[in-house]
Amino acid sequence: MSDQDERYEVLLSGSGGQGIILAGVIIAEAGIAHDLKVVQTASYGPESRGGASRSEVILSGTDIDYPAVTQPDFVIALTQEAADKFAHLARPRGKALLDTTWVENIPRDIQASTASFPLTEEASNRFGKPLVANIIALGYFAEHNPLMGPDELLQAIVRRVPSHYRELNEHAFAFGRELATRQ
Amino acid sequence: MAIEPFVKKYLRQRVLPTIWCGGCGLGTAMRVIIQALDDLKIDQDNLVVVSGIGCSSRMAGYLDANTVHTTHGRALPVATGIKLAHPELEVVVIMGDGDGSAIGGNHLIHASRRNINLNVFLLNNGNYGMTSGQVSPMTPHAWYASTCPFGNLEHAFHLCDMVKSAGATYIARTTTFHYMQAVRLAKEALEHKGFSFLEVYFQCPTYFGRFNDMKDAPTMLQWFKKNAVRYNPEKPRELEKGQFYVGKLWEDNTKDEYADLYRKLCKRAKEMMQAAK
Amino acid sequence: MSDAKGKTVLLQGNEACAMGAIFAGCRFFGGYPITPSTEIAEHLARKLPTVGGVFMQMEDEIASIASIIGASLTGIKSMTATSGPGFSLMQENLGLAAVLEAPVVIVNLMRSGASTGHPTGTGQGDLMQSRWGTHSDHPVVALAPATAQEMFDLTVKAFNIAEKLRVPVVLLPEAVVGHIREAVYIPAEGEMEVINRERPSSYDNLLFFKRDKSGVSHPPDLGTGFRPHFTGLTHDESGFFTAVADEVNAFTVGLNSKIDLHREFLTDYCEETVEDADILLVSFGITARACAYIVRALRKKGVKAGYFRPRIVWPFPEERLRQIAQHTHTFIVPELNLGQMRYAVQRIVGPEKRVVGINRVDGAMLTLDRLMEEIKEALA
Repeated sequence: MSDQDERYEVLLSGSGGQGIILAGVIIAEAGIAHDLKVVQTASYGPESRGGASRSEVILSGTDIDYPAVTQPDFVIALTQEAADKFAHLARPRGKALLDTTWVENIPRDIQASTASFPLTEEASNRFGKPLVANIIALGYFAEHNPLMGPDELLQAIVRRVPSHYRELNEHAFAFGRELATRQ
Repeated sequence: MAIEPFVKKYLRQRVLPTIWCGGCGLGTAMRVIIQALDDLKIDQDNLVVVSGIGCSSRMAGYLDANTVHTTHGRALPVATGIKLAHPELEVVVIMGDGDGSAIGGNHLIHASRRNINLNVFLLNNGNYGMTSGQVSPMTPHAWYASTCPFGNLEHAFHLCDMVKSAGATYIARTTTFHYMQAVRLAKEALEHKGFSFLEVYFQCPTYFGRFNDMKDAPTMLQWFKKNAVRYNPEKPRELEKGQFYVGKLWEDNTKDEYADLYRKLCKRAKEMMQAAK
Repeated sequence: MSDAKGKTVLLQGNEACAMGAIFAGCRFFGGYPITPSTEIAEHLARKLPTVGGVFMQMEDEIASIASIIGASLTGIKSMTATSGPGFSLMQENLGLAAVLEAPVVIVNLMRSGASTGHPTGTGQGDLMQSRWGTHSDHPVVALAPATAQEMFDLTVKAFNIAEKLRVPVVLLPEAVVGHIREAVYIPAEGEMEVINRERPSSYDNLLFFKRDKSGVSHPPDLGTGFRPHFTGLTHDESGFFTAVADEVNAFTVGLNSKIDLHREFLTDYCEETVEDADILLVSFGITARACAYIVRALRKKGVKAGYFRPRIVWPFPEERLRQIAQHTHTFIVPELNLGQMRYAVQRIVGPEKRVVGINRVDGAMLTLDRLMEEIKEALA
């Protein structure tokens, strides 16, 4: 579509409780701090409390009329179901980040360049909190998107997480950035 | 003809006479309410009367106060909005048995539960008079109405018991025969801080009476007199068939009034917000 | 302070709506939980007590709208929020609000399907209900926001219209607009116009419901010394019931004249490239956001397409659409229902014009691909 050059689309997916929606909100707030136009939507209802969960973020230098992801530039999938459903949607020159703690079979139809790490396992082992897998993913995202740097994302994280978890999240974010240098 | 001072002070002359039938008990019920308002010196500028739909609800049009004639059964939620938006207003709710026990029954339950300082006068004639005498939830079992020409199969509500279990904090019942008692109870209800409920049986000779072998108002008033039993909490007694209690049935002054609680909640919320800053 | 500046924050549409209500001066909310409107109630339950307002969760939607009518009659700006099933229950007292001339705002988040339907789906099926849901002729205004920013702006506007015209105003976002998160500019106090109802200091002969030249009557607030009578019955200028034919007629005609006499104030639409358009995409709310893209894409391909979106859907901006119809031959009306706005468009542009509907009723939005495909078919 006509706008495709102007917009950057992120699709985050996983299951309820993995912090998918929060990660989307953080990207959107970092986008606003970067003077970008943003749209963030999420699937909601019973599924956001345990079933499949999805969050979309669109970032653009100009007004965003159409509010749904058309062809994502960046897909994050934290479960097998999410990977099967969404990873192949990433555009060929885009990126797919998979959490191999849960994604045992990497879908074959992915056209984008794929990065796979055991995000949840790392979160558990290194930080004792499997929940920060989403923040590790954001660290990776910080190094692999063309629009915003790590500073804005980190600031947005700090604003959104409880203050006593601040340090933990900073470490998780830094670890995600480190992963990005590996692949 | 000399105009009674009450009529001049409390009724809107331009909308009289009332639409009520000859012999109807609503005139007496209105007089009871006016007497109570006058005895308590309630400022008419500060008084809001909210009513639903039906014969009794037309009273809102006649009383000279701030008056709101709403939709069928909805007087209580409208009154709830008025009272909570402006707790300093005195709010009286007038409804019939159709309003309070049928279409607006759920609102009556929840208004009782909240214990907002509203004064409900439920004027009960045991049928739908405005639409010419259909059966209501307050028509006794086996009695007659235009829509139960072979006798009522259903059973009437015990409305006072219902609002008690729902949490009303002042409950009383009277009839248009018991004028002095009615005035006393109306005053108690108005003075009670919390949700008060006064059920007033009034005669509808035109329909209820006619369908049930009571051809005129005096006959119906005699029926009230014969079956009313004064309630004495010290000496509860078994009621015979057709009998009913009159008098104050329940008062509970231990429960906080809602608007007071809400005022305290606002204070707490503001403090918490400032602390968070 | 005139140089005070607002702030831009990431907000969900429903949060923006609640904040718009507070900005507009709303100090009473009565509601009942229902997906997808609930965040509005939750936000206001936290906020209203801190600004001297009242939040009430009522026993159902009938009581919710009744409570806000009561609060409004005391002079307090009041609102409720709901979705289709609750909006259906509110129709009785929406009529009461219109007849009592009680300014109220009703937010109806449109989900998908009749009855309980598809509660987490999105739809646009309540367009006609918002206009004709309650019985008989009555004035009502409906606004259709398409962005989180408009959830703020049009909520303020809804209160302004309600106060100025003393009518019930319906805000009609789709579920997806209620849940979308976007950057929203929250203006500083005084930066956006806020209208308060007129409060005359005296009345001739206690005629509280006498209409001014703009068709609006200005009955006093309860408890301000005037002792007005409000009734849902047909009434004369004094407010009391009348069954006199001329007076009944004057009541209904007068009540409804408020809308016609404020056509200009009530005209609010967005348009792009309509001047030379052969085909016009007419849509509202979330669907219109896709249409804006489509129109630009068609233009790039050399198709003379235009875009038209009413932000106030009732009254419909008829005059403007009629003007455009003088040179436009085809009207495409995409919507998330089976053709409710199409009826309105066909009626306005006349039977000789081609009006094509594109409809989706599965709970999802119309996608760009599907829109383009169906438009191509329509133009083939």
